[in-house]
Amino acid sequence: MGDYESYMKGSPLEVKVITKRFGLANSTSIDVYLETDGYQALAKAFEMGPAAVISEVKNSGLRGRGGAGFNTGMKWSFVPKDTSKPKYIVCNADESEPGTCKDRPLMESDPHQLIEGIIIAGFAIGARQGYIYIRGEYRYLLDILDRAIAEAYGRGYLGRNILNSGFDFELATHTGAGAYECGEETALLNSLEGLRGYPRVKPPFPAVVGLYGCPTIVNNVETLCNVPAILRMGAEAYARLGTPKNGGTRLFCLSGHIRRPGVYELPMGFNLKRMIEEVGGGVPGGKALKAVIPGGSSCPVLAASEVDVAMDFESVARIGSMLGSGGVIIMDEDTCMVKALLRIEKFYAHESCGWCIPCREGTAWLKNLLQRFHDGGGTEQDPDTALDVSFNILGKTLCPLGDAAALPGISFIQKFRHEFEEHLKLGACPFERRAVAVT
Amino acid sequence: MLSEALKAKFDQVIARYPVKRSAIVPLLLFGQDEIGYISDELVEEIARRVEVRPIEVIEDISYYSMLHRQPIGKYNLQVCTNISCLLRGGEEILEHCRRRLGIDPKGTTPDGLFSLEEVECLGACCGAPAMQVNYEFYENLTPEKVDRLIEELRIRTANGHPR
Amino acid sequence: MARGDEAGEIETPMPETTLATAAETVTLVIDGQSVTVPKGTLLIEAARQAGIEIPSYCYYPNLSLQGACRMCLVSIAKMPKLQTACTTIVSEGMTVHTQTPEVANARKAMLEFELTNHPLDCPVCDKGGECELQDAVFRYGAAETRFMEAKLHHEEKRFSNLVYYDWPRCILCYRCIRICDEGMDVNALGIAFRGARSEIIPNREDHLECEECGMCIDICPVGALTSGTYRYKARPWELSYTGTICNHCGDGCKTTLGVRNNEIIRANNRDHSGINGEFLCVKGRFGWDFVNSRQRLTVPLVRRNGHQEQSTWQEALSLTHKTLRAIGEKYGADSIAVIGSNRTTNEENYLLQRLARTLLGTNNIDHHRTADYSSLVSALTEARATDRYATMDDLSAAASVLLIGNDPTHQHPLAAYQIRQAVRLRGARLYVVNSAEIKLAVRQASVFVKVRAGGEADLVGSLADQRPVPPGLVLNGADKLGALAERLAKESDTIIVFGDELRGAAIGDLVRWGLTLPGRPRFMALGDYANSRGAADMGLLPGTLPGYRAVADPEARARYEAVWGAPVPAGEGRHIRAILDAAQSGEIKALVVFGSNPVKTFQLPEGALSRLAFLVVSELFPTETTACADVVLPAASFAEKSGTVTNTSGQLQWMRRPARGFDVPDSALGPVPTRAEPILNTMRRTGTRSDLEILLALAREFGARWPYRSAEDVLREIIASVPGYAVALPPLLMGRAVATQAEGTPPPLERPDLVFTSRDSLFTSGTVSRFSWALNSVEESKQPHGHIF
Repeated sequence: MGDYESYMKGSPLEVKVITKRFGLANSTSIDVYLETDGYQALAKAFEMGPAAVISEVKNSGLRGRGGAGFNTGMKWSFVPKDTSKPKYIVCNADESEPGTCKDRPLMESDPHQLIEGIIIAGFAIGARQGYIYIRGEYRYLLDILDRAIAEAYGRGYLGRNILNSGFDFELATHTGAGAYECGEETALLNSLEGLRGYPRVKPPFPAVVGLYGCPTIVNNVETLCNVPAILRMGAEAYARLGTPKNGGTRLFCLSGHIRRPGVYELPMGFNLKRMIEEVGGGVPGGKALKAVIPGGSSCPVLAASEVDVAMDFESVARIGSMLGSGGVIIMDEDTCMVKALLRIEKFYAHESCGWCIPCREGTAWLKNLLQRFHDGGGTEQDPDTALDVSFNILGKTLCPLGDAAALPGISFIQKFRHEFEEHLKLGACPFERRAVAVT
Repeated sequence: MLSEALKAKFDQVIARYPVKRSAIVPLLLFGQDEIGYISDELVEEIARRVEVRPIEVIEDISYYSMLHRQPIGKYNLQVCTNISCLLRGGEEILEHCRRRLGIDPKGTTPDGLFSLEEVECLGACCGAPAMQVNYEFYENLTPEKVDRLIEELRIRTANGHPR
Repeated sequence: MARGDEAGEIETPMPETTLATAAETVTLVIDGQSVTVPKGTLLIEAARQAGIEIPSYCYYPNLSLQGACRMCLVSIAKMPKLQTACTTIVSEGMTVHTQTPEVANARKAMLEFELTNHPLDCPVCDKGGECELQDAVFRYGAAETRFMEAKLHHEEKRFSNLVYYDWPRCILCYRCIRICDEGMDVNALGIAFRGARSEIIPNREDHLECEECGMCIDICPVGALTSGTYRYKARPWELSYTGTICNHCGDGCKTTLGVRNNEIIRANNRDHSGINGEFLCVKGRFGWDFVNSRQRLTVPLVRRNGHQEQSTWQEALSLTHKTLRAIGEKYGADSIAVIGSNRTTNEENYLLQRLARTLLGTNNIDHHRTADYSSLVSALTEARATDRYATMDDLSAAASVLLIGNDPTHQHPLAAYQIRQAVRLRGARLYVVNSAEIKLAVRQASVFVKVRAGGEADLVGSLADQRPVPPGLVLNGADKLGALAERLAKESDTIIVFGDELRGAAIGDLVRWGLTLPGRPRFMALGDYANSRGAADMGLLPGTLPGYRAVADPEARARYEAVWGAPVPAGEGRHIRAILDAAQSGEIKALVVFGSNPVKTFQLPEGALSRLAFLVVSELFPTETTACADVVLPAASFAEKSGTVTNTSGQLQWMRRPARGFDVPDSALGPVPTRAEPILNTMRRTGTRSDLEILLALAREFGARWPYRSAEDVLREIIASVPGYAVALPPLLMGRAVATQAEGTPPPLERPDLVFTSRDSLFTSGTVSRFSWALNSVEESKQPHGHIF
C-alpha cells in the first residue's frame, strides 16, 4: 500500500480497542491474531447464543460507523426469525466518503478482526453466507482479505460446523469498480446482485428484503470490527469507553490542514477542538483555523467558532452537523470556501447515480453554477440560487446522496456568505493570489 | 481469448454466488486487468457465463468509473483532487502530471505508456495528496516524487517488467 | 428490477395492491376527505380514487415502483419529510395533504430540475400538446427557470426505423424500460452512464432488436422516444381520432387512428379503452400503413383480350352479374363457388353467404379456416357448456392457463400479453404443451410439455381417455405429462387456449377432458386474422349457416328462408379444397373471391385457375389471385368502413370508420360511387368501395331487394337472427367489446387439412403486410418466425 506511516502516527490520547494490533509484526496473520485474543469472541458468541449476542451488542451502544449511526444490535434485531429464506450478512467496505480512510487500515492491518466480527454477526442473525463488498480501488485489500479468509477456512473458523458449534458459515469477498453510490446499503445490494448501483425504495428495509430478496444486514467495516471487542469486554465495559448512547471508541481521520494527519482511535465524545489541537497538532504554518467538516464531506461544515464540541452523534447534531463517517477535514484561514464547496459538489455530481431527479439534476446544477461563480462569472443571484437548489434537493431524494450534496451547499453558503460576496466584488477568487503550497 | 488462469478465476468467482449475475462486476474488473480494457468479446463472454443479455453487462460498465471500453495506458495515473487532497495540493499534482506527460486527463501518451485521470476520493485522505497508479497507492506526493515515480515506471518498462 | 431469469428466486418489487385481496380495507384522510380503499393500496392510487390527482412520471400502474421522479411528494402527518405517494402504502388513519405550500414548492422544484437540461423545443416536438411535462408545468408552475448553465446536448439516435430516441428530452422515468422488461418481457432497453449523463440505450448498443411494438413510445411521458412513422409529421391537435379495431391478427385490439386530410398519420391506444388496455403490437401501432399504399387497387379492372384493363364500377358489376347468371343457368348452381375472407366484417360475410346461397343458389362457400371454431362450438354445445368461452379479458385475469400449440408471442401478441400479465401481476400459472420451445414456454411456463411435431392432439387424447402416452410423444421427460395433469387437477378455473394443432375430434377430446377440471374451466381457440371467427360465425362454410346451424337441418334453413325471403339450397356445398380442386378439374366454372388469396394460401400451381370461365376478386392489392381474375374490384380497407368483427375469443366489436380529418374539400375525394352508405365526413380511398357496398350493388344487379342501407342495418338483422349474436347494440356502438355465445351443432370437420394457421410472425399478416412499409422496414422482420427477442 501507500504511505502507511502517515496514517499511524499515533497519539497518547488514543484508546486502542480495535487498532490494538496495528503495528504488530505480521498483524494480518491468523497466528498473530490468535495470540492476541483472536477468535475468542466467536467462541463466546457460540456459548451465548444468537439472542444474547444481539442484546449484548445492543447494550454496548455500538452505533453504525458508516455514517448513519443507527444502533447496531437494534438493526440486527429487525431480521425476521420465522423466515424460510436464507439470510445474508454483508460487510460494507466501499469506503468512499471524502475525508474518510479508516476502514482501509482496519482491513490492511487486522483482517481477522473483521472476519471474526462478520462471523459473529452472521451467527447472531442466522446467516450462513457473508460477503465483504470492497471498493474497486482497494484492490490490494482484496488480496489481503482473500488470504485471511483462506486462513480462517484452514483453521475451521469458516465453513461447516465452526468450532463444533453446529454453525455453518461461508464468507467471500466481492469487488466494486468505482461508484460512491454503492456505499449506500441498498445500492450496494443491487451492485452485489450484478446490477447498476441504484438505491432501492425503502421500505422494505434490507433486514427484511435485502440481497436476492432475502433478509440481509449490511454493516460497515469498523462497526463489525467492534463486535469481537464488545463480546470480549462485555457490553458494559465497552459502552463505558464512550458516552451514554454512544458506546466505545471511534476512528477519526484527520486530514487537510493539520500538522499530523492520521487515523486515531479515540473515545466517542472526544472534544473536536482538542482532537485538532492535541491529537493532530493543530493547523500547520501558524495559520488560523477557518472551518472543519466533522464527518466526511457530506456533513455540514463547522466554522472555527463551533469546534468546541463533543464528537458524539447527539452533540454534533445539536450544532447542526453530523458525526458521519469520522472524516474530520480541517481547513485553514487561506482556504477558499467557494472552491472547497465547488470541489465537494463536483464530487456529488460525478457520483450521483442519476436515478432520481433532484439529485441528478440538482448536483449537476450546483457544480456548474459554482464553477462559473468561482471562475469569475458569478451573478448576485447565484448564492441564493445555489442555496435554493440545495434546499430543493434536501429531503426529497430517494437516497441520502441528495442530502449529502445539499447539506454542504447550505452550510457553506450560509456560514461563509461573505466569501461568495468577496468573489463577486472582485470578479475572481480572492485566495488564488494568496495560495501557498502546504507542506 | 482469455487465459486459462483467468477462466479458472471466472469459474471460481461465479461459484461464490447463488445467482450468477452477481459476478458481473468482479468479472469485468478481473477481465479488464488481463486484457487492459473491456472488449466486445469480454462483454459477450461474461454475458454468456453469467447467463444474462449483453445489454445487462453493458449497462453495468458505464456505471462503474473504473471500467473502460477502450484501451488505456500501461500505467494509469489516477490523481485525487477531492477535498482532502485539494487542501494539500492535489490540483497542483494533477497539473504537474499533465505538464510532465503532455496529456490532459482521460488522455494517453502516444507511446501508450501513461494515461492520466482526475479521480474522486481514493480513501487516502491522511496521505494527501495521493494518487493510484493502476492499483498501487502513492501518497504524500510532491512534484519531485511524481517525477521520480514516472522515471521509475519508464525504467521498469524498459527493463521489461510486466504491468 | 429483477430480469425474470431467476423468477421464483428473486421477487420483483411490485405494488402490493396487485396481490392483495380486496377483503380488508383501510380508511385514511386525504386533503380532508375520508377515503376507504383496499388494504395494500398505494397512496397515489388511493388519492386518484378520491379524485385527487398527484402528479407522477415514474409511477405507472402495474409496473414496478421506482421512487425516481419525486413528483408525487406529499405531506403525511407525523412524517418529518415529504413522502412519495407512489411508494407509500396507505395505513389506517393516515392523514395526507397534497396541496400544502411545501408540497406545491416541491413539485415546482422537481419541474425546475426536470427542465434544466430539457430543451424547450416544444414547438417542434412530436409530444407538444400531449406532453405530461408540459401539462405539469402548466398546472404546477415553474415556467421560469433560474438555470443559467449550458444545457447538455446529445444528438438524437435511431434505435430502429420505428423507434427514435432524443436524449435531451428524456426525463429518465424508466417507464420505457419497465414496459419492455415487465410488460413485454423483451428487455430491449437499458441505461448507460450515470448522473445527469444517464441515457436510455438499446439492447444492441446502437440499435434495437425487439418486437418493435412501440410500447416504449406510447408510454413515454415526453417526446424522448418518438415514432419513426409519425415524427415531425403533425401536431396532435390537427388529427381527428377514431377508435377502431386492428385488422391484422385475430385478437381484436382497439387502435385509435389519427387522421388528417383523409390520410392516417398514426395509430395508438392512448386512452386504453379497448380490450387491449395499453397494449398494441407492431402491427396495431404501425402496420396500418398499407392503407396509404400507392399500390392499392383503386379502379375496377376487367379482362379484355387477355389483359386486365381499367373499367368503371358499373361495367365491372354488370359484367360480373351477367356472367355469373349465364354460367349458373348453363352449368347449374353447383358450377359456381365463393371464397370469403377472414378479414372482412361480419356484415360483409353475412351478405356474402346470403348472396351465395340465395342469389347464386349454392352452398359452395368457404374460407381459409385458421382455427376449428366449429368443432369447439359443437363440443361445448353438446356438453351444454356454451358459457365456457374465455375472452381476452378473462385471460389476463386468469389464475391458471393451459396453452396447447400455437406461438402467441408471434401469432397472438395480445393473448401473449394477457397471459404474461396474469403470470406477472396475479401470480397465475401457465402450462404449455408445444412441439417448439416457444418463448412463453421458456419464460413464463410452470410446466412445459414438449411434444413431437404434431403431437398435441395425441397428447390431448391421452389426457381425455387416460390412455398411456404413446412412446416418443413427450420429448422433455416422460414424467412431464403426469406433472401437468397433477398440477392442473389442483388448479381452478383454468383457461385452455389452443391453436390449429387441435381440430375436429381432438377438440371434442379437449372439451370433454377440460370440463372435468376443477372450477369453471373455459376455452379459447386461436385463429389468424381480424375476423376468422366472424367468418365461421357468419356461415362462410359449405355445411353451416350463420350461427352454426347445419345447412342439412330443415328447421335452420326455414329460419333463414323466412328472414331472407328466398330458398336456401339443402345440400352441403364443397369445402375450399374441393372448390379449388374442382376449379382445376373444370367442374367449377365461376369463382367469386372476396378478400382472399387462395392461389398463394393453398400454393396452387401456376395456371391452376385457368380453366375457370370466370373469376371475380374483390381485393385491396394486386395478388397472385387477382392476377388470374376476369374482374377485379378495388375494395375499401378496414380504415375506410364500419362494421363488426369478432375476435378469436368471440368478442364482437365495432370497427368504426374514421372521420377523414381536417380541411378536405369534398372535391378532393373524387366522385363517391355509391349511395349505399350515407355520405358522411369519413375517410375513403378514392375509387374504392367497401365489400358491403359491392355486395349490395351486386345484389341490386341480380334484381334482389335487400333491405339494408348500412352496416348497422345488416348488424340489426344479425342480432335478430343469428344464434349467439343476440347482443345489445348501444354498448357495441360505443366501442365496447361484447361477448357472443356461439352455440349449435354444425357438421363435423370434413378433413383435417381444411384448418391450418398461416404462421404469421409479428411482422407479417397475409396480403396486407406485404404492402406495409413499417412492417417490412424493421430488421427483425427478416428473422424467421419464432425468433425470440
